[in-house]
Amino acid sequence: MSDSRGGNGSTVRPGRAGLIRVLTGGALLALTAGCNRGILDPVGPIAAQEKQLLINSTAIMLAIIIPTMIATVAFAWWFRRGNSKATYRPDWEYSGAVEIVVWSIPALTIMLLGGITWIASHNLEPSKPLKSSVPPLKVEVVSLDWKWLFIYPDQGVATVNQLVVPAGTPISFRLTSATVWNSFFVPQMGTMIYTMPRMTTRLNLQADRQGVYDGLSTHFSGDGFPGMQFKVQALPADQLAMWAQDSRGTGTALDAQGYAELSKPTSYVKPMTYGTVAPGLFDAIVNDRVQQLQRLPAVAPPNQNSAVSTGG
Amino acid sequence: MFGKLTWDAIPFNQPIPLITSLVILAAILGIALWVWRKGWWPYLWNEYITSTDHKRIGVMYIVLALLMLVRGFADAIMMRAQQSLAIGASQGFLPPEHYNQIFSAHGTIMIFFVAMPFVIGFMNFVVPLQLGVRDVAFPTMNNVSFWLSASGALLINLSLFIGEFARTGWLGFPPLSEKAFSPGVGVDYYLVALQVSGVGTVLTAVNFVTTILKTRAPGMSYMRMPIFCWTALASNLIMLAAFPVLTVVLAQLMLDRFLGFHFFTNDGGGNSMLYMNLIWVWGHPEVYILVLPAFGIYSEVAATFSGKPLFGYRSMVFATMAICIISYCVWLHHFFTMGAGANLNAVFGIASMIIGIPTGVKIYNWLFTLYGGRVRFTVPVYYLIGFMLTFVVGGLTGVLLAIPPIDFVVHNSLFLVAHFHHVIIGGVVFALMAGYTYWFPKAFGFTLHEGLGKAVFWCWFIGFHLAFMPLYVLGFWGATRRMQHISDPTWAPWLNIAFVGAVIIGLGIVLTVVQLLYSIKTRDQRRDVTGDPWDGRTLEWLTLSPPPHYNFAVLPDVHGEEAYWLRKQTAIKQDQLIEEPDYQPIEMPVNTPTGVIVAFFASLCGFAIIWYIWWLAILGLIGAFAAFVWYAWRDEHEHIIPVEEVRANARERRRVRMEHLHSLSQST
Repeated sequence: MSDSRGGNGSTVRPGRAGLIRVLTGGALLALTAGCNRGILDPVGPIAAQEKQLLINSTAIMLAIIIPTMIATVAFAWWFRRGNSKATYRPDWEYSGAVEIVVWSIPALTIMLLGGITWIASHNLEPSKPLKSSVPPLKVEVVSLDWKWLFIYPDQGVATVNQLVVPAGTPISFRLTSATVWNSFFVPQMGTMIYTMPRMTTRLNLQADRQGVYDGLSTHFSGDGFPGMQFKVQALPADQLAMWAQDSRGTGTALDAQGYAELSKPTSYVKPMTYGTVAPGLFDAIVNDRVQQLQRLPAVAPPNQNSAVSTGG
Repeated sequence: MFGKLTWDAIPFNQPIPLITSLVILAAILGIALWVWRKGWWPYLWNEYITSTDHKRIGVMYIVLALLMLVRGFADAIMMRAQQSLAIGASQGFLPPEHYNQIFSAHGTIMIFFVAMPFVIGFMNFVVPLQLGVRDVAFPTMNNVSFWLSASGALLINLSLFIGEFARTGWLGFPPLSEKAFSPGVGVDYYLVALQVSGVGTVLTAVNFVTTILKTRAPGMSYMRMPIFCWTALASNLIMLAAFPVLTVVLAQLMLDRFLGFHFFTNDGGGNSMLYMNLIWVWGHPEVYILVLPAFGIYSEVAATFSGKPLFGYRSMVFATMAICIISYCVWLHHFFTMGAGANLNAVFGIASMIIGIPTGVKIYNWLFTLYGGRVRFTVPVYYLIGFMLTFVVGGLTGVLLAIPPIDFVVHNSLFLVAHFHHVIIGGVVFALMAGYTYWFPKAFGFTLHEGLGKAVFWCWFIGFHLAFMPLYVLGFWGATRRMQHISDPTWAPWLNIAFVGAVIIGLGIVLTVVQLLYSIKTRDQRRDVTGDPWDGRTLEWLTLSPPPHYNFAVLPDVHGEEAYWLRKQTAIKQDQLIEEPDYQPIEMPVNTPTGVIVAFFASLCGFAIIWYIWWLAILGLIGAFAAFVWYAWRDEHEHIIPVEEVRANARERRRVRMEHLHSLSQST
């Protein structure tokens, strides 16, 4: 900017350069502020791969699209009626060479992207277990009107609107809905999946970075829908057991009665924890026979190897 | 006696729908009274309401679409306002039960009662003229189709005043739309309105497929048809195959709701995934029903205003038909997140991308149509170029959504909302506005005001980008659609920009009305006396503006791809028109009130079903059927236009045409 105070002749120029600088600076700021969030700020391997895929595919297509956009404006302007320098070719309606090129460009692009799609779809299939030396944590997810229930079958605890996970550990989800459809999504962890009544879906995710992340439902489910948000807390790996130990036995029990209470339509529900969970609750919800679950005593014994089936 | 209908159905305690309904009622009454005072009812009844003339029916479709656009836009601006206001502690001005009706109505109205009638309106007006024939294959059925669409629109708008509309989104996914979760009449309004208008749409498809396949001017082989007719054929073939699926799946949901069936319920062995599949088997082809005729309009605009034939005509035909077929093989990409497995997702993802190939080819062919041309920068060309710039970006985001693992993070987000508005506004709406400007002089004999038209274009172009580009950003941040309340205050700036964009689009709609009124007022300055205001290339420009009821005194002989252009060039070269033919009297179908009567009873029946008033439903059904039988036993089928009238009109046309040719040959 030092030359901006030069002679009269250059007063316009630096002003313009300054404006451009401010604009690009502003745009960059907006972009960086805009880019470092949500799915563009991945905290786990799935989300990171998906972000990379998004950037690569966009770049491949932009390589074709930007020249096309420039050509559109350039052709239209150059061949405007008033331009005597442009050659008018009123009968030029076919060219084999041009046809080959215009079919080839999109065809080759799509072949490339199609290949990427095939590979990525298989690599990032939601039901595929993540490769890791650490055994996965099992979590069962139930969408209710209008909140999320997370059951830890191996820990014997459950939470509402708060998902606690160990960082660096694969999490193996089974998901269903006790009401209408919803979709489970933690943008920074990647891949969303539907929760559907009387059906289970599977999802494998992992958070490598410790922190608190936003989660939500992305499939409209009725009047309380916007309040169906939850927090994901990624703890250091060794602290999960401690958290579960502390939670166990506290609070109310999640048995048939507790579940009936929880099922009542509510929205914007504050996070809470159940220290006791009736074994088999998730499958009972899927099969619509929660009523038949036995009532639990106020404090259940630790039940690490419960009979809950988490198998396929 | 009145089923579920009580005084509670009127929203006395909700000021927004109540005042809106009263204003609309007052407006309708006012206009009706004004028309009556002016003594225009007989004209309206004879020339429009009961008309079997495809041009008049086309105009009625477009009027319906423009009216519904205002309604759909009112919903849109309320949604944008709510999302700008209801952030953090504030709940905005719309409670969930109202907001949810608004976004459901917005989608339903914009697709079924704006985009569809607009597109069908153009097909009605243009296709017979371009084919060089006098009407569609089944003129009365055409009138019935229109009135059934209007009946559906009426039912949907009635829900504003009596009862409520669906709160389940524009596709009414069960189990949310089942009786257990949506006990009110909202979903029934949705179902019945779409069923009634859906019948009209299927009839339209039958009509146009027959018209294009069986009634063309002598010499017009398939490979000589204007490209708009090809796209109309493709679009109607899709309609014919896809709309029955919609009818069936909505009928299944009606059986669930009315008779306790269990197709899609949570209990009794129902499976809501079936609905998701079936509705998208219709829903995805629906996109191509809209966008293919839009591509046709761009093709006509590109060729006419470049002063060149469409580049790669055969390629365009092939691309159109390829899209027509592939559009059926991609529906699963609307629910990659259902967990169907990698193979299935990948196959449908790649199939979806393959549609990008013929679409890309079309873009390049328009590009090379401009190349070597003499491009006149009229309003339709603004839309063409605006479309080409906008649509490629919309295509990019579409291909991103077709890659399953990317869809996994942007599905149902504001990114998706931005994408489909990108292709529907940038693709379809721009085309409809281009076509509106392009064919307006043919319909009414004078052109629209150019400067105001360009202002409208800029409003749409700038407004669209301001309204939807922020939604892409928010989509990346994890913002999902259909949120009545926003928790994160940092979204506010982007939502406010989007609101400003919507306001600018609204200004464009207002300016469209201003343009129309101003153009009517100053029509004498922009009369189209030649019938060929744009130096056109297809047969609609051969006849006068507005064309006589019978379109052509003698069906034109077609000798090449651009029938009218060829004829015009020959005439300019020889400095004379073709030899005057031997005129014959012309038989034209008579007017009939069948359509409006059938639709009246269909509306009654639909309304009665929604409110469980069974005697009225039966009465409506009988009435509609009786009107149809009464029509079937008619004595008078056609009226004859005497040869003297035909000859006099034709000679007048030849006179102005000769003058036009002289002016053309002098200018070149």
